[in-house]
Amino acid sequence: MALLKADVLIIGGGATGTGLARDLSLRGIQCVLVEKDDINAGASGRNHGLLHSGARYVSSDQEAAKECREEGELIKKLAPHCVDNTGGLFVAVEGDNENYAADFPQLCDECGIPATSLDIRDAREMEPELSEKTIAACMVEDASIDPFMLSLENMAHAQNLGSTYIRHMKVAGFKISGNRIQSVNLRNTLNRKETTVEADQVVNAAGVWSGEIAALADIKIDMVYSKGTLLITQNRITQRVVNRLRKASDADILVPGGTVSIIGTTSTHIDNPDDIYPTVREVDYIIEEGGAMLPVLRKTRYIRAYSGVRPLVRLKASGDDRDVSRGYTLIDHTENGLENFITITGGKLTTYRLMAEKTADTVCRHLGVSAPCKTRTEPFPRSEHGKWTEPGFAPREWMRKNDPTDILLCECEMVSESAVDDIIASLAHQKKRPDLCSIGLRSRVGKGPCQGTFCSLRIAAHMYDQGYLEADQGTPSLREFLRKRWRGQRPLLWDTHLVQAELQEAMHCGFLGLELESSEKGG
Amino acid sequence: MSRPTINCDLFVIGSGMAGMAAALFAAGRGINTVQAGMSSELAYASGLLDLMAVHPVRESRIWDDPWAGIDALIRDIPDHPYAHIEKADIRQALDEFMAFLNSAGLPYKADTDHNSRVITSVGTVKPTYCVPGSIWNVVRALQEKQPCLLVDFRGLKGFSARQIKEMLRENWPSLQTARFSFPSHAPELYTEHMARELEKPEICEKLAEKIFPYVEDARVVGLPAVLGITRTEEVVSNMEKFLNVPVFEIPTMPPSVPGMRLKRIFETGLPKLGVKPLLQQKVRYVKSSKSTGDLIFEVGPSDSRTTVCAKGVILASGRFFGKGLYSDRNSVYETIFNLPVHQPDTRSLWHRKDLFDTRGHLISRAGLETDEFLRPIDKSGRPAYNTLFAAGSVLAHQDWMRMKCGAGLAIATASHAVNSFLKIKSSLS
Repeated sequence: MALLKADVLIIGGGATGTGLARDLSLRGIQCVLVEKDDINAGASGRNHGLLHSGARYVSSDQEAAKECREEGELIKKLAPHCVDNTGGLFVAVEGDNENYAADFPQLCDECGIPATSLDIRDAREMEPELSEKTIAACMVEDASIDPFMLSLENMAHAQNLGSTYIRHMKVAGFKISGNRIQSVNLRNTLNRKETTVEADQVVNAAGVWSGEIAALADIKIDMVYSKGTLLITQNRITQRVVNRLRKASDADILVPGGTVSIIGTTSTHIDNPDDIYPTVREVDYIIEEGGAMLPVLRKTRYIRAYSGVRPLVRLKASGDDRDVSRGYTLIDHTENGLENFITITGGKLTTYRLMAEKTADTVCRHLGVSAPCKTRTEPFPRSEHGKWTEPGFAPREWMRKNDPTDILLCECEMVSESAVDDIIASLAHQKKRPDLCSIGLRSRVGKGPCQGTFCSLRIAAHMYDQGYLEADQGTPSLREFLRKRWRGQRPLLWDTHLVQAELQEAMHCGFLGLELESSEKGG
Repeated sequence: MSRPTINCDLFVIGSGMAGMAAALFAAGRGINTVQAGMSSELAYASGLLDLMAVHPVRESRIWDDPWAGIDALIRDIPDHPYAHIEKADIRQALDEFMAFLNSAGLPYKADTDHNSRVITSVGTVKPTYCVPGSIWNVVRALQEKQPCLLVDFRGLKGFSARQIKEMLRENWPSLQTARFSFPSHAPELYTEHMARELEKPEICEKLAEKIFPYVEDARVVGLPAVLGITRTEEVVSNMEKFLNVPVFEIPTMPPSVPGMRLKRIFETGLPKLGVKPLLQQKVRYVKSSKSTGDLIFEVGPSDSRTTVCAKGVILASGRFFGKGLYSDRNSVYETIFNLPVHQPDTRSLWHRKDLFDTRGHLISRAGLETDEFLRPIDKSGRPAYNTLFAAGSVLAHQDWMRMKCGAGLAIATASHAVNSFLKIKSSLS
């Protein structure tokens, strides 16, 4: 069994965990970050990609609103390459509460959040897709953020400072002696190999799985799982973020992301955070609700749906998950009798840095380290690892290089052979064996109209050529990649998408027989 | 402006496998036939003609004998279109279809009572029934694990000889691979272009010269399916002469050359048999004539429209990809006659949660229900029109992609629809 030693073991490779790794590394503390899947596999990768101005929370939670404002400004300044500073609108339509709309600018003002009331005609000129039934509009400083690039950049910076990232590694158990975690047992989710980590401090940043991790140390955290579903449109609908100007509800927010827009969400209480998928009902509901604000949403094409689970910690009895705190929860488990164990969960993508800072402060106190937090002032060095997730980057690179031998493996998103090789090389840097899913996570591959039908096969062939796949590994790798894409396609399969899905089935099943698990191998 | 009107006995709507087969069989029986259709799906066909290989799909049971497979299928799924057709008629339809291909210079081969196994571009082994002559050599090579050289090309994406070798290495250890630049080298290669190039003897020879030193002990050479489009037999035989060993093709991902060959053979061959083509034109159903019972259509764009007046119609318009079926968020519709479509109750039931669920997706079994003559039925369960027949994938209660019965279904139902038309027409007169 392998043995690793570290100052701090961080469990969970989402925004908080990777942000914490960077924060601690900047204070000179070496971390090992373990992730049971891959970067942003939980809520960090399954949200709107919205950098809140804070305006959404001015009536429900003024503290959260102010935090969002401050943190949003910091991220825009320190990681500008992860942000598209689109600006945002809040709009109310006929039938929405007019008093809420009328009070809104004043509430923003109280939180120091810039907000400008707009003439309806001006608002519709700025965003022509807004409904004719718009009755109020207000301009704020929302922006869109690439959560994958953000986490990859956080981790890359931490790694450059000496920390380690290990994926596909799940916590199997804690070895506790007295009031300390002596060591943590990890199991590789792919090959079942076990590793032990001895760390001075252990931080549970496992998001929705925080309760499960804490339970391994016999500590109960009362988690509430709130499922949210979102849809990605084929084209960008608006230039700015558009929020519904009403008490927070479903399908309230449309966020532009490169060439697409993302509409969501829903909020459904669920019992189990695993194995979630967007349903046909949720999709149809989002389309109808969102259509009130932006009628085009009722007829536009969608390329994918996805669901995430918000990790919320129950503070009081309540029926609506939205009343459960969306602020973060930081627990120093010294209060439960374990003095080197900390849980950080809940919160928002926008405030991830603050959560990391507060957690790192606690870690440092435990370690007796006095180094101050640097993430408020230290800009992100731009690494190479996150760049391929940006829409438009791969095509720009490809045209700039103008190398006709560098053929496009993904034609929808224009990802070339050399781009795929570059991603594989960055995986090698992170000590990862490349597979289709991890390439998909780090690029736009499979995210265009063909949803991986063609590019998956081309990339698999290329990986065999380069020796990254051998024997019959290609088939399970293809299946896993296509299955993951399918979750997001399934509720959207009507009209042209159903045509595309039928072509995919004809190719992958009809012709290639990929559904025949135990398919003959020529024997 | 007077619009041209065409009167015909039989109007075939569709230019995929089923539409082509229906036009072929109709012409063969001396029926005055017009065929319309938008872009043909045949360019997307692998070129392999499946008859029946997997049943029950839930168990992924693969049949070596397709005829026994059909028996089992009909027993378990009595609504499957095969259930309307005698096995002898299916055999005869396939024979007739293959005879046409043979006479047109695109020979196919089949092992009468067995499925044959060929390899695909991702290195899976596919059971199928009729195999293009240019692919046929792989059947024996695979069976006997002959020493074999697999060839691929720099710049032809999605085709890796190494992948196929790796995928098959346990059971076919004597595979070797070699990669070449294509003689008329462009950075990126397209199969159709390569196939046309290889029809030039000098290009074929140049390529063979490159490959020859690598043949060594190999007793057979496999290449991606690019050995010509219009003169495949000749290209294959040249290549075999140069290399001094048999060669075989491996079908590639679509658009695939063996599919294009089929498309071309029908598009050039059917008019010679007397079929009047109105291809690449949209069809709109107008009405059924009260006096004659003829079905009347408008074909083509509004500024140059042709009226077609037909005694009988074979609807071989395909599914969603072929545009015979259309869906919105709530329902599936048939696009020409708005016939009732057998389908699951709600969209939530259309697709399984798992893409590769071995039961297949319920939407795949949606389609038109018919009587034993393959006449689509209306809501009351009676034939919607006396002389409207349906053939191919538009039919309900089949999942050709999972059952591996696509071509057989298209050919057998096309033949049955033509025969039914003749039967019903003679009963009328």
